[in-house]
Amino acid sequence: MDLTSALHLALPELILAVSVLGILVYGALRGDKAAGSVAALCGAALIAAAFAAAFNGHGKVFNGSFIADGVANFAKTFIYIASALVVVLARGYFERQNNNRFEFPILVTLSAIGMSMMVSAGDLIALYIGLELNSLAAYVMAAFRRDDAKGSEAGLKYFVLGSLSSGLLLYGISLVYGFAGSMNFDAIAASAQANMQVGLIFGLVFVIAGLAFKVSAAPFHMWTPDVYEGAPTPVVALFAGAPKFAALVLLARVLNDAFAGLHDQWAQVLLAIATLSFLIGGLGGLMQKDFKRLLAYSSIANMGYAMLALAAGTDKGVMALLLFSVLYMVDTLGLFSAQIALSRKGIAVSKIDDLSGLSKVDMKLTIAITVLALSVLGMPPFSGFWGKFFVFGAALEAGYWGFAVAGLVASVIAAFYYLRIIKVMWFDGDKGELDKAPFEAKWIAYAAAAFAFPIAAFALSGLYPLAETAVKSFGLN
Amino acid sequence: MTIGLEHYLIVSAILFTIGVFGIFMNRRNIIIILMSIELILLAVNINFVAFSTHLHNVQGQVMAMFVLTVAAAEAAVGLAILVTFFRNRGDIEVDDASMMKG
Repeated sequence: MDLTSALHLALPELILAVSVLGILVYGALRGDKAAGSVAALCGAALIAAAFAAAFNGHGKVFNGSFIADGVANFAKTFIYIASALVVVLARGYFERQNNNRFEFPILVTLSAIGMSMMVSAGDLIALYIGLELNSLAAYVMAAFRRDDAKGSEAGLKYFVLGSLSSGLLLYGISLVYGFAGSMNFDAIAASAQANMQVGLIFGLVFVIAGLAFKVSAAPFHMWTPDVYEGAPTPVVALFAGAPKFAALVLLARVLNDAFAGLHDQWAQVLLAIATLSFLIGGLGGLMQKDFKRLLAYSSIANMGYAMLALAAGTDKGVMALLLFSVLYMVDTLGLFSAQIALSRKGIAVSKIDDLSGLSKVDMKLTIAITVLALSVLGMPPFSGFWGKFFVFGAALEAGYWGFAVAGLVASVIAAFYYLRIIKVMWFDGDKGELDKAPFEAKWIAYAAAAFAFPIAAFALSGLYPLAETAVKSFGLN
Repeated sequence: MTIGLEHYLIVSAILFTIGVFGIFMNRRNIIIILMSIELILLAVNINFVAFSTHLHNVQGQVMAMFVLTVAAAEAAVGLAILVTFFRNRGDIEVDDASMMKG
């Protein structure tokens, strides 16, 4: 393929990369008083890129290192939309803290470029560069409240553990490269087919460990609760959805493209990770008093379900992964927006006890949080149920009965802590008036709740065929 | 004795292990953690270059260049975060990073 058509396929990334560089110069010249216009420009660039991704063609370009297939375009569209929403959310949040800096939307956009490189990676170099572009922006964002002791501690922990995991990933990449003789996924697949070496499996395990860290699956979840508690809430709203979606798609690509022949080996690893994740997520959440820490354990558990879908190693599994990730992304975005909306006398409401009697103070927000909590819990007819339904469908089809049952048991355990939030909000005595909520945070929470029920039921009739066609061109086979 | 591929791989594996242990065993100073991370990345680079010459394939050396670049960026970001941590605490002991538990 010639250069023009190659550049055409990379249009979403090019839009973002070129515009973010321009916006950065503009922001650097104007300083923090341009924070508003920088945010607007970044949001516009992300939306433009989302359109470009949605209507992008298919192909494999740049010597096979960049893949634009249905799955990549599907994932990119939703990742860009989620990032744009986070830019919107962050405005009100940082304004309330008098910390409105122009760098934040730029960092979100840079990490969005990283995420889209991850979902489009066709070889190990693109995989590593995409992952690092996303991570480096994420480390800075996690430490964005730099005058806050907890904020900088969260950033430091995320940085140290993140670098360690990218070191593990890189060691795995070097082994895979050495034993397969190439960085390209197709070449690795061909070499794994021809002769299977122990070094290759060894490298694959390291790669899985590095990516499992990114999606915060147990036993690589140690950073999650601390980072969720300490980092600014809009940043957590981003971390909980988009980068995990990107890392899951990347994992699906590595496993199903490059290592399709080794399914028996990696399925065991993924099943172990999945089981540990939903057990640790379910049990760990029981003792939590902080709302964001609780959501951290909830996300660990949910990543377990995503891993279960991946372990199936079928097209059905990848499709379940896409639908589950999108539905879950909407739910978490809504929950964290609701958390941003809650504050009392200038202090964010972070303890679950402080949610007490919320229904008497702010009825609409209480309903939104209730709906979203029930949805994450996986109660029918909310959207979270459908996500889990597809995941368990894929797992059962692959014959993982025992693991599906373990997942169900874990979600029953986890139900306890979601129901506790709901009980505290509706039936306990109230703790006084709330501050006026930022407009965007409130409405994103309402919209997410409305999506969880009833819009999702209609949206799924559109999303399902979209995901189905996306998976058909997965890896362009 | 000729130096073959496996010698390089063993050196790199040893350096990698020292790096990982440096992160977990060290209880004193966060700067040492940054040095250990750097050691891990350089150990991996030895692997890449050794494999690259062994396979007569240039991709490994390209990757090594990328890793060096990313390592520099990572050190910059890490030190910046460390400075904000120091400003808030006045100390960079590892055991001090424990405000959040559970």
